[in-house]
Amino acid sequence: MSILDVKNMHKSFGNTEVLNGVGFSMEQGEVISILGSSGSGKTTLLRCINFLERADEGQIYVEGNLVFDAAETKNRSAAQIRKAQLNFGMVFQQFNLFPQYSVLENITLAPKLLAKERGDFKSNKKEIFSEIEKNALELIDRVGLAEKVNNYPCELSGGQQQRVSIARALALNPKILLFDEPTSALDPELTGEILKVIRALADQNMTMIIVTHEIGFAKNVSDRIIFMDRGVVAEEGSPEDVIDHPKNERTKEFLSLVDRK
Amino acid sequence: MNAWQSLLNGFGVNCMLFAVTLVLAVPLGLIITLGTMAKFKPLKWVMKTFVWIIRGTPLMLQLFVALYAPGLFGHPMSSRMTAALIALVINYAAYFSEIFRGGIESIPVGQYEAGQVLGLTKVQVFFKIVLFQVIKRITPAMGNEIITLVKDTALARVIGITEILMSASRFAASGVIWPLFASGLYFLAFTALLSALLSYAEKRLNYYQG
Repeated sequence: MSILDVKNMHKSFGNTEVLNGVGFSMEQGEVISILGSSGSGKTTLLRCINFLERADEGQIYVEGNLVFDAAETKNRSAAQIRKAQLNFGMVFQQFNLFPQYSVLENITLAPKLLAKERGDFKSNKKEIFSEIEKNALELIDRVGLAEKVNNYPCELSGGQQQRVSIARALALNPKILLFDEPTSALDPELTGEILKVIRALADQNMTMIIVTHEIGFAKNVSDRIIFMDRGVVAEEGSPEDVIDHPKNERTKEFLSLVDRK
Repeated sequence: MNAWQSLLNGFGVNCMLFAVTLVLAVPLGLIITLGTMAKFKPLKWVMKTFVWIIRGTPLMLQLFVALYAPGLFGHPMSSRMTAALIALVINYAAYFSEIFRGGIESIPVGQYEAGQVLGLTKVQVFFKIVLFQVIKRITPAMGNEIITLVKDTALARVIGITEILMSASRFAASGVIWPLFASGLYFLAFTALLSALLSYAEKRLNYYQG
């Protein structure tokens, strides 16, 4: 069974149609990179999957369960949307760390708040919180920031901030991790450290969707490439097929314009 | 009674007006902010018009209105102090509300989105993520308003409140002019204390940038 099924997504902003019937499905452990020129709808697709935007048409299934259907007349409750949202982790282009919290607090904030909804929270508060902190410290170590646990985001480089934001997303054990151009706000010499972290996650079988402009990286890390153009999937397939032997005219044009290394 | 003591008694009234206004205008300002940011258009426009009227007319006029307007509707204002407090609280709440609104609107939308994708409720996003950042950003502007409020309490004399300037001018009327100048020292001392507190608060909030 597919872990994620996205069907026939449509989304317009005013008169501008950004998504024009996008669909795909993915398996557990698969890594998909979405490529395409600016305005092709990649980021909007990601934001619709993650409920940051509401699609005008389409359905989303996670492990076969319907979590979104634009045709539903009755709006889902905020609690239902939150629950569906937690299937996904999201890494933003601009990191969006919370500036007033330390690295550790950024990562533990959401797990601690969610833990309050657990039935055994009152009786086991101490154990639950120390478990959350232990887990957060492991994640910080995994992204190579063990020495920055108590630093604030403003004291970190862009690359370090982005690694914190990856750890923050992982702390909630999402089924699928979404990356929205994770290296686009970084200096070129800092993108490598992020790509290394994503590579390591791929090796650990994390299911990921990566919107990116790093063609070389996408080719290296992905099981499948989706090339989007004008709100539709123009071409999809293995990295070798799409990047080295593109069939679609728009894909060819796009790849000829970007740096492929 | 000597002049210093009489000025001090008068300044006690100023301090009381200051404290009560500050304590009541902050929550009222927050409520007005919610109104001016409401999605429900009629409420939004009513609140915006209200803020425009309060910010667009002199506080001195508002003091007169607070004292005399209830009488026009058959309920004469019984206490001048109550009238002064009503005018000050409403006036400052309107100014505070605009500072709060500016602060809330200055928080990048990414902060809300990051909270949302981490499964926080809207209330949690506001109280756990946004509010503290707003407080840090508005502290300098609030400091300005708070300092101004100290001095604006002296306006209460126009509706017959015996605050420090009224006490001082009574001496002046009898030919003793120095208490009028001395009253300034009370204001300077009080605002110096407040400035020190505010800059301490700003420093404490400066543990992070942004």
